[in-house]
Amino acid sequence: MRPFRAHRSTAALGAGALAAALLLTACGSSGSAGSKDAADGKVTITVDLFGTFGFKESGLYDEYMKLHPEVTVKQTDTQDEGQYWQALQTKLAGGGGLADIQGLEVGRVAGVLQKQADKFVDLKTLGITNEDLVAWKGAAVKTADGKVLGAGTDIGPEAICYRTDLFKAAGLPTDRTELAAKWSTWQGYLDLGKQYAAKAEAGNAWTDSAAGMFTAEVGQQKVRYADESGKAVYDSNPGVKTAWADATKLVADGLSAKLPQWTPEWNKAFSTGKFATLSCPAWMIGYIKGQAGDAAKGKWDIAAGPGKTGNWGGSYLAVPKTSKHQKEAAELIKWLTAKEQQATLFTKQGSFPSSTGAQASIKAVKDPYFNDAPIGEIFSESAANMPAQVLGTDDGVVGKAFTDALGEVERTNTAPDAAWKHAMDNIKKANGS
Amino acid sequence: MATTSAARLPAAGTAPARRGRTGRIAPYGFVAPFFVLFAAFGLFPLLYTAYVSLHRVELQTSDRMDWLGLQNYTRLLDDPFFWNALRNTFTIGVLSTVPQLLMALGLAHLLNYKLRGRSFFRVAMLLPYATSVAAATLVFAQLFGRDYGLINWVLSTVGLNPVDWQADTWASQIGVSTVVTWRWTGYNALIYLAGMQAIPGELYESAAVDGASRWQQFRHVTIPGLRPTIVFTVVVSTIGATQLFGEPLLYEGNAGGGISHQYQTLGLYLYEQGWSFFHLGRAAAVAWVMFLLIVLLALLNAAIAARRNRTDR
Repeated sequence: MRPFRAHRSTAALGAGALAAALLLTACGSSGSAGSKDAADGKVTITVDLFGTFGFKESGLYDEYMKLHPEVTVKQTDTQDEGQYWQALQTKLAGGGGLADIQGLEVGRVAGVLQKQADKFVDLKTLGITNEDLVAWKGAAVKTADGKVLGAGTDIGPEAICYRTDLFKAAGLPTDRTELAAKWSTWQGYLDLGKQYAAKAEAGNAWTDSAAGMFTAEVGQQKVRYADESGKAVYDSNPGVKTAWADATKLVADGLSAKLPQWTPEWNKAFSTGKFATLSCPAWMIGYIKGQAGDAAKGKWDIAAGPGKTGNWGGSYLAVPKTSKHQKEAAELIKWLTAKEQQATLFTKQGSFPSSTGAQASIKAVKDPYFNDAPIGEIFSESAANMPAQVLGTDDGVVGKAFTDALGEVERTNTAPDAAWKHAMDNIKKANGS
Repeated sequence: MATTSAARLPAAGTAPARRGRTGRIAPYGFVAPFFVLFAAFGLFPLLYTAYVSLHRVELQTSDRMDWLGLQNYTRLLDDPFFWNALRNTFTIGVLSTVPQLLMALGLAHLLNYKLRGRSFFRVAMLLPYATSVAAATLVFAQLFGRDYGLINWVLSTVGLNPVDWQADTWASQIGVSTVVTWRWTGYNALIYLAGMQAIPGELYESAAVDGASRWQQFRHVTIPGLRPTIVFTVVVSTIGATQLFGEPLLYEGNAGGGISHQYQTLGLYLYEQGWSFFHLGRAAAVAWVMFLLIVLLALLNAAIAARRNRTDR
């Protein structure tokens, strides 16, 4: 009995010590939102992002740290923007755990301007004006009283990425101009898909998901889910309805690999070749390189997509007011979003610049990973025709509801009409309060 | 009062009044830490949640509270998603609790035999319970993967069609229940085992003398002897099933509980209201409804147990 008791008390002691250690580290991490400064003037700037911004991958942080030896940049990221946004909201409400720099997706900024303008630093006071950006990009983060809440990084001109090896195996042409002509409309894209499906191996779908196509098609509209006055039009907008009809047609024709985007299964499919085409906003290039890896180099190519235009996504960098290094964070942001760095980012990662200066300098860029595709030319043309999108406060919520509903259509054989109704119900559930 | 209690003390002669008072207060001092902590971290949040549930509060503007009265509760009753979550909680609860307890009972019965390496098997039973929910769920989510999962691979090798363990309603609920069952079966088996060992050996001996087979011994000796233990595990598992959260959340990493909310439990519904849609007031209302539901279930269980005990005698 005695030794047992002794064990127990040491175990209790151990548990107590563990709890204390956890408490300590918890305090440590919440306090160290960039405040781990030694007396020698060193500064650590934390950056929290979603998806693949590409700053790290293209070596921009390293270059900045070389230029500013007193600065260390630390990045954390979440692949799925939905999860990132959720965590960001919780941190903003609690006021703790925020990084010095937080990324914001374009679909969220309207909501931030309306509800959370007081939680972010006015970057204008720190010398960031967004004047070099395409007009709508800068205007979207400017409050009514002239505050600048974020610095524009990239925009998302659309194209189509495709696998030349799978195309060849199915007897389709692989030349970008020829393909761009064949899928100059979404109907053309579906028709070619049917040709592909007739000859492709079983289990090799035409595209990854109905949601990918839907989002790309909706991204070609000026008005999407809310109109200029802020009124919700997602349920009546003919542009949304056409995109929905096309995406459900894609499912009916059996052209979708039924892979929900941003999931582990989707990521895996990039290297196994489960799908032959993918709606490709410029930032997707970096994502493909990251997921498919060196083994797939030369297998992918890019061609202008249906309508040769459209915008999907794009981001901003913002500084929460809780940051203890607002000035240093703003300096880093200013450098990261300057035209030279935006141009580098496009050349190495494919994130298309929102800076007009950078846009002018990247027209001739080709990407060796994508068979030397003239990505500068393709995305520049797409960006030039891009509508100045109207951003609604609930774009993120609405987009997710449609994505889920299309998932139901392709994965659970739900009738498109029933799934459409589910999407409407889900949006109401999320918004009604 | 002071004198009577002091009179009971052996050294009542010296300073009786003072001794008596400290003697009466000291026990309260000893139990105070628990009640102080409970008041601060248990009772206060509970009451504050009730207060919040009567208001419109949004996470993004959480400093603003608008009085709503019971509207959060009445809206909940109109919300088909709430009823869906309640239904899912029930079906997943049954799907996980029933096989879990039956398997635990069988395992405990086997472990109760004299077998070689008994303590090894008993410790091994606890390993799933010691694994974190997150780790277990992530592993199972991989196993249940539609395109690259082990389970679908096995199904395809025996010529069956692959199952979409995430999107299909029953398949996904079975998937989530499997994780729960895997984690808790061993835990319950050990509780049953402890209960079985408290049953006097003579009962088995006399049953054996009367010619009862192993199975008859199990039915007529073990089960009646275990009844209080079984009631306990049923109550605890029911409460656990009502609060089910981690497993469905991590199954696809999504608070929606699947694309059609097909395995969204009440816990997930609460989380989605609060942290995906940022309606804190409504999330608080869901929390209170869940709390009341659990109290109700516990009372119901206790009543059933009490009745069974009475009829037995």
